[in-house]
Amino acid sequence: MPSVALSHLPVDQILRKRRSLARELAATPGLHPLRIAVLGGSTTNEVVDLLQLHLLEAGFLPTFHQSEYGHFYEEAVLNTAALKRFAPDLVYVHTSYRNALGAPAAGTSEAELAEAVEQETERYRQVWAALEAGVGCQVIQNNFELPPLSRFGNFDAVTPGSATRFVLALNAAFAHEAASRTWLTLQDVHGLSAHLGLAQWFDADRWFSYKLLLTVEANLLLARSLTSIVRALYGRSRKVLVLDLDNTLWGGVIGDDGADRIQIGRETPVAEAFTAFQEYCLALRDRGVLLAVCSKNDDAVARSGFAHPDSVLKLEHLSAFRANWQPKHENILSLATELNLGADSFVFADDNPAERAIVAAQVPGIAVPELGNDPSQYPRILDAGRYFEAVSLSAEDLARTAQYAGNAQRHAAQAAFANYGEYLASLAMTAEIERFRPVYLERIAQLTNKTNQFNLTTRRYTLSEMSSLLDDPETIGVYGRLQDRFGDNGLVSVVLGRRVEHDLELDLWLMSCRVLKRDMELAMLDRMVGEAVARGVTTLIGRYIPTKKNSMVAEFYDTLGFTLEHVAEDGAKRYRLLLAGYQPQNKYISLDTLRT
Amino acid sequence: MTSQDILDQLQPIFQDILDQPDLVVTRESNAQNVEDWDSLAHINLITTIEKHFKIKFALDQLQGLKNVGEMIDLIETKLAAK
Repeated sequence: MPSVALSHLPVDQILRKRRSLARELAATPGLHPLRIAVLGGSTTNEVVDLLQLHLLEAGFLPTFHQSEYGHFYEEAVLNTAALKRFAPDLVYVHTSYRNALGAPAAGTSEAELAEAVEQETERYRQVWAALEAGVGCQVIQNNFELPPLSRFGNFDAVTPGSATRFVLALNAAFAHEAASRTWLTLQDVHGLSAHLGLAQWFDADRWFSYKLLLTVEANLLLARSLTSIVRALYGRSRKVLVLDLDNTLWGGVIGDDGADRIQIGRETPVAEAFTAFQEYCLALRDRGVLLAVCSKNDDAVARSGFAHPDSVLKLEHLSAFRANWQPKHENILSLATELNLGADSFVFADDNPAERAIVAAQVPGIAVPELGNDPSQYPRILDAGRYFEAVSLSAEDLARTAQYAGNAQRHAAQAAFANYGEYLASLAMTAEIERFRPVYLERIAQLTNKTNQFNLTTRRYTLSEMSSLLDDPETIGVYGRLQDRFGDNGLVSVVLGRRVEHDLELDLWLMSCRVLKRDMELAMLDRMVGEAVARGVTTLIGRYIPTKKNSMVAEFYDTLGFTLEHVAEDGAKRYRLLLAGYQPQNKYISLDTLRT
Repeated sequence: MTSQDILDQLQPIFQDILDQPDLVVTRESNAQNVEDWDSLAHINLITTIEKHFKIKFALDQLQGLKNVGEMIDLIETKLAAK
């Protein structure tokens, strides 16, 4: 075996060393023989060369048959002797937008476009039917990339007389055809070419010179994606994602920093990035990929990270767990035994290059992507590896599919309601509004330092100042987290009051602008009043201290029903709210029990 | 870069692509007198040379090349024009 995985080699090195790489890879014992016929609409030698390397690395020993240049239809339907003699296990029909005939002329009607699409689809149906009848094996057909030229400009996306509309309609038709034939697998060239970009996909010079339509980079993507499909067809798709913890699933070192201080959630860009990666991992699990942990950590400390309220992944999502001080490759081999799966079905994600290197070297067949150490790139890098390729989706997979929607839906929902209250009710909001807890102090201190608009006093607090308030019996600090049916907004509001005899002076009232106009402030006030009354407080004192940025809350206490007492020369205002007979104001947010 | 420098850099490219570790090409080498230099290997050679020297041959520049020497001269011209 070559010491370096193909995925770690630059494309020019792969191309250059192709023959010696193929020789070394072919010496691997136990390769599974595979006969592949490639029926092409353009020159296919380069994609076949690259496919050979990747299949060898994936444990197959491929033998290829290539059709005469451009004769994919003829060899499948008319002159079938050569193909039958070759007796393939797999046929790859490699065509491009250039092989889609009957692209409509300018001025074509919708009906004529539909007719042209049906005619061309029928020609491909003949190819697939002839292959099924003639050789009876699995067929891989690619759909089409968008054409490189747009003669109408943006109008290409509209007019039925454009190549763009034609290709998109053909792709939709191909999707239907593939869905109804288990022996027909679609390769998503439309998606692959978009990932690379059409300018990097096509090479006009190579087309005119050698009838090679695509760049080397494009052919490499094709070969990798085909290899993933072949692995999936032969039941060799990866099944398990093994995850490191510190700086892989969350920011920071939990053993040093403590579970309260790891970076996860919505508070900082770094925390957001780790949260996004956890969400990607959870999305993989929802379609059937098993998640496992392999971390150099104390077991109890490692598990405490998943109890963090902002951790998207919970212990119940993990199929196996190894947190100890043993070498990682030993842990991974024992994970394979525990899960009763080959380690060659594992993908290992770790930010530490030294751990990646030893695992790649010591665990045969495991995939170890070059994850780097930038969490914002983890999902993209893992996704680009195409490790968990699916050729179909089982009913079980579907049943597990989670429903999740984002802000767009939230806004779409808003448009459909008769009044604002109806919209708020539809959000199914739940809030956790509680006294300050140590786990949130850092986020709370941070909010006091970065919230400028919805901030009545703009008082800044350090973490240690906040910590000291935690034990002060005269101080009442309340935080609020808000969830709705579209997701978790995280910790978004903080109110801090200081008792002076029968008054409670509100030194701090702030809220994140991402939850404006959701009545969160009413829920916060209700809770603060409850805390105050329980301590014998009769009056809340609110202050508005104007800054350049907080004019949005200049009338805040007025809207809550406070009475204005005094306005200073600098515009600072002092308000009073008598608590006797206070009626709770929040109507749309239900209060959640404490999350642990 | 002198034409000798270019030839020196071409040697490992020819050795790798034609998979002949002991191959030594000269200015007089061409597809007729070098084993396995067929049309597919030729495409690989051109693509790899373009990537290695970060140049792009124009459509008509490769047609008349008789041997490695003429290719070196073309590369030299391309590099000088960069």
